[in-house]
Amino acid sequence: MRADCQGSEEAEGDVPDEDKKRAAHQALVDHVLTGAGSATPEQRARAFSNADVPPSLQTLIGNVATRPAQVTDADFAAAKGSGFSEDQLFELVICAAVGASARLYEAGLAALADATVSKEAGNAT
Amino acid sequence: MRLDILNRGYSPGTKLLFALIRAFSGYPVPDAAKLVFYRPGFYGAWAKKLTHEAMRGPSAWSVADRELMAAYVSKVNECAFCVGAHTATAGQAYQDGAKVRAVLADLDSAPVEDGLRATLRMLGKLTRDGKIGAEDMREVLSAGVSHQQVEDALAVCAAFNTTDRLADAFGFQLLSPEGFEAGAKYLLKRGYR
Repeated sequence: MRADCQGSEEAEGDVPDEDKKRAAHQALVDHVLTGAGSATPEQRARAFSNADVPPSLQTLIGNVATRPAQVTDADFAAAKGSGFSEDQLFELVICAAVGASARLYEAGLAALADATVSKEAGNAT
Repeated sequence: MRLDILNRGYSPGTKLLFALIRAFSGYPVPDAAKLVFYRPGFYGAWAKKLTHEAMRGPSAWSVADRELMAAYVSKVNECAFCVGAHTATAGQAYQDGAKVRAVLADLDSAPVEDGLRATLRMLGKLTRDGKIGAEDMREVLSAGVSHQQVEDALAVCAAFNTTDRLADAFGFQLLSPEGFEAGAKYLLKRGYR
């Protein structure tokens, strides 16, 4: 199936395919953490990491990161009630989702690297 | 959606575009598409680029296989909107909806190749447990899947773990079966750009 996808990629030069996927992921991470927005970079970093989140946001951010199907209207209401604007919540929910996914991506790539190294080591002996 | 800005906070030009899409397609713009139009410089533009690269960029996995991975990851996340959207898209891409339904019902007995089965199993474990080991990866590699294919599958997993979370958090409205099929046709024709 490679051939049917290659046309649009040619103009982008010799960047290896895997690097393009990782670069696109990194660009998303960078923009949600540091791009123009209403929430501060510190608030976004905490939502991204699901760590040190203020109490009124803990349920919402924790659910987005670990139990997304259980997010409720009440989670948003609690956050709005403590003064967060809709734009801030838009940003912080996205940071929580991108952060949780980034940790999965990193864990997967690290396990793959470990498997590859140990396989090569096994082949060498 | 749960934030009013995602229902109403669009520019007049974007609202016109949504109206045109509705008029020509016969279906309202899905919430998944609306989300990427809201302040696209913050999330939408970058998410589209990642998702398109993962789902339609060069890969030894077929488009159908990657759509199946998206559906499978979404099932593990219990994300009804994304399961509906990518079950329909994978079904059309394979021209075999029964195969997709079989994978989602019982991966172990589904009629797919061992490499794809092992990859789906690994993506499911990573998504469910939040961690994965070298031994899990060795099982995938020993089923004939290349290192690059595992990386490609992990990119699909990253894109859809984000989308699934946002679909559930913001509360994407489910489409009718016909709406999901129409969306699938669009995604196979145009991708995620």
